[in-house]
Amino acid sequence: MITELDRRKFLARGIAALGTTWTAAHWPAVVAAADHAHKAALFPENQKWEFFTAAEAKEVEALAACIIPSDGTPGAREAGVVYFIDRALMTFAADDQKTYREGLPEIQKRVHELFPEIALFSTATSDQQETVLESLDQAGTHTAPRRPRATFRGGTAAQPLFEVLRLHTIAGFLIDPDGDRKGNRGGVGWTVIGREPGHSFQPPFSAIDKDYPGWQPASSAKDADKK
Amino acid sequence: MTIEKTKYKTSDVVDFVIVGSGAAGGILAKELSTNGFSVVVLEQGPYLTEKDFVHDEITVLQEDLLTNHPKLQPNTFRKTPQDKAKPQRALVYGRAVGGTSNHFTANFWRFHEIDFKERSKIGAVAGSTLVDWPISYADLEPYYTKVEWEVGVSGLANASPFDPPRSKPYPMPPLPVKANGIIFERAARKLGWNPFPAPMAILSKPRAGRSACMNCGFCLAFGCEVGAKSSSLASMIPLAEKSGKCEIRPNSYVHKIEIDEHGRATGALYFDEKKNVQLQKAKAVILSANGAETPRLLMLSASNKFPDGLANSSGYVGKNLMFNTGAVSVGVFEEQTNDYKGYAVSRILHDFYQLDANKVGFYGGGGLDARYDMTPIGFAMGGLPAGTPRWGKQFKATLAHNFTRTFEVFGHGTSLPVENNSFSVDPEVKDAWGLPALRLTYKDHPDDLKLAHWLADRSMELLDAANAKQKWTFPIDEQQFGVHLLGTCRMGDDPKTSVINSDHQTHDVKNLFLCDGSSLVTSGRGQPTMTIMALAFRAADRIMALAKRGDLNT
Repeated sequence: MITELDRRKFLARGIAALGTTWTAAHWPAVVAAADHAHKAALFPENQKWEFFTAAEAKEVEALAACIIPSDGTPGAREAGVVYFIDRALMTFAADDQKTYREGLPEIQKRVHELFPEIALFSTATSDQQETVLESLDQAGTHTAPRRPRATFRGGTAAQPLFEVLRLHTIAGFLIDPDGDRKGNRGGVGWTVIGREPGHSFQPPFSAIDKDYPGWQPASSAKDADKK
Repeated sequence: MTIEKTKYKTSDVVDFVIVGSGAAGGILAKELSTNGFSVVVLEQGPYLTEKDFVHDEITVLQEDLLTNHPKLQPNTFRKTPQDKAKPQRALVYGRAVGGTSNHFTANFWRFHEIDFKERSKIGAVAGSTLVDWPISYADLEPYYTKVEWEVGVSGLANASPFDPPRSKPYPMPPLPVKANGIIFERAARKLGWNPFPAPMAILSKPRAGRSACMNCGFCLAFGCEVGAKSSSLASMIPLAEKSGKCEIRPNSYVHKIEIDEHGRATGALYFDEKKNVQLQKAKAVILSANGAETPRLLMLSASNKFPDGLANSSGYVGKNLMFNTGAVSVGVFEEQTNDYKGYAVSRILHDFYQLDANKVGFYGGGGLDARYDMTPIGFAMGGLPAGTPRWGKQFKATLAHNFTRTFEVFGHGTSLPVENNSFSVDPEVKDAWGLPALRLTYKDHPDDLKLAHWLADRSMELLDAANAKQKWTFPIDEQQFGVHLLGTCRMGDDPKTSVINSDHQTHDVKNLFLCDGSSLVTSGRGQPTMTIMALAFRAADRIMALAKRGDLNT
């Protein structure tokens, strides 16, 4: 059983790694956002799904929203991640159908083990949902980052649903919104991470290169420093 | 106006059949066809064009739009020849017209003089088959210039005190500098190093009917939708097709080189799109299928006459594989750099190109670049520091903060040739066509790993001098996976220790030529495509000289 103390330790570990300056600047926002999770599913009751049942879709949306919460800025819910995953399971991720179909009841079982009074993941409180995910997340934090492409390309070994769901939620949040994958609706995922929309940019790209005087050979660069 | 494309029949005996349409194959096709020779290029992948080059990370990375597909073409890996190889993805290469040049980073460093004669300079290295090249930097210099002007490279000549001599400046100025380049440059200068604008095979100005870079930010691993990246597809293939003497035949998977009773190549057997076997006849055959598929094809072409594989009297086909050493360090900065915009690399340095083994305790050398080559999903999966939660509010907050404030310092370096490091054919695993799968055997030479750590230390020093708020190095492990596929049919004057001569002609079969990463004798310092392209221009000249003398008809 994971205690509240463990959860705080867990959060503190992650935050410590961010550095004190950043944490100080952002902590109030982080705290303020903490209890602001949206609850209601954003899809209509009569939504036609490609793979999920309506009940499964509701649970997947709640799980995705716990992975990338709506906490003052849009999260997985607003980005339409559940639609992305639904289509993914009929296209590039068809191999993961079984993982979802068998994994979702396992997650509900875990919900009952931890909170016997709760019927479904989607009806648990934010804190309860986080406790369930913590119990499913074997790795905890990024312990030894790997080069992104290698991570993204993944292995061939079967992954537990939590890992697949995490990848699919991130992909559905940040995929190029111009495609027909149904993720990153309205480009909200890119907005959250500070990526401007569009596929063509002109310099300057930032304040740093705006004022750059141009490359100079080492000797003249030294002269410029003296002046 | 639609230009009617040239078509040859498989029964036509064309002058050259070229296997592969990538960095080398594209150039050879253009050079030979525009000089009046008839050419058929057999490319195993599809003929994609700019409209197909989307920015969807799933399509490109997960579904391998541009690259070899692990389900159709499984690989196996083992560390040493004593181990049994296990199925795992061992390599990525371009599998489309244009080959790997469609999706490369486009770092176009010339090799330096030392790369061609390192064995003479430093002597034997224990555990390595290191030898000199049979050609020198001076032999290749005119062809490096040709790549810069004809394929298209942006850069600033003589900006690095370590640059080798050149006969002409770059045809275009460097691309616009990025924030990571500026931070890198300032930190490197603080440390007394010599940063300079990176030479990149990306157009900084419109040229030859192609657009300049639009700074879309989807560069490494993606195809360029405006033709600004100087792939074979953007630069050479159109000229080859315009000649009226060249057919690019996609979806043509060559699995055997036909040899007659006199031991001469007569054509290439391939599976067409419907998996029917076809034979394209030719007077001479050139393999530019990359450093994995070229040796595999030679092994698949074994016969009574060539029981150990075609052109393999040396036993060196597939061996001496070099991946290049690499180490990646990452820094997170206070200020926004927005390096997701634009191409990957704007500043590099070559101060460590040639390390003194007596001082550092190992053989090798390399260069550093500042880069951002992570697209959004990839960044979220692997670009965050250790200790970051993997989901939830704090994950999201860190992702939102770091995406525009992170870049990498990449150390690129030498790999020593080691005889056991190789591509061979797996005795059990088969691909979707029923052919033996590629098997990788690889264990880095200890000096290569020492070099990787040494370069990572310099990168961390640099990130420190740049006041990175956080910094780390991705774990440095023995490599089990490669994208630079070098040295597996190396060039040399001695038929006992090399597969091709300095004309790219196999020592064993007079009208069979090999030209791609497999031809390289040493690995350079990590950016091989420039040299592969220069070799292809030179090989075309050598092969045409032999053809004109009638040496291919005997």
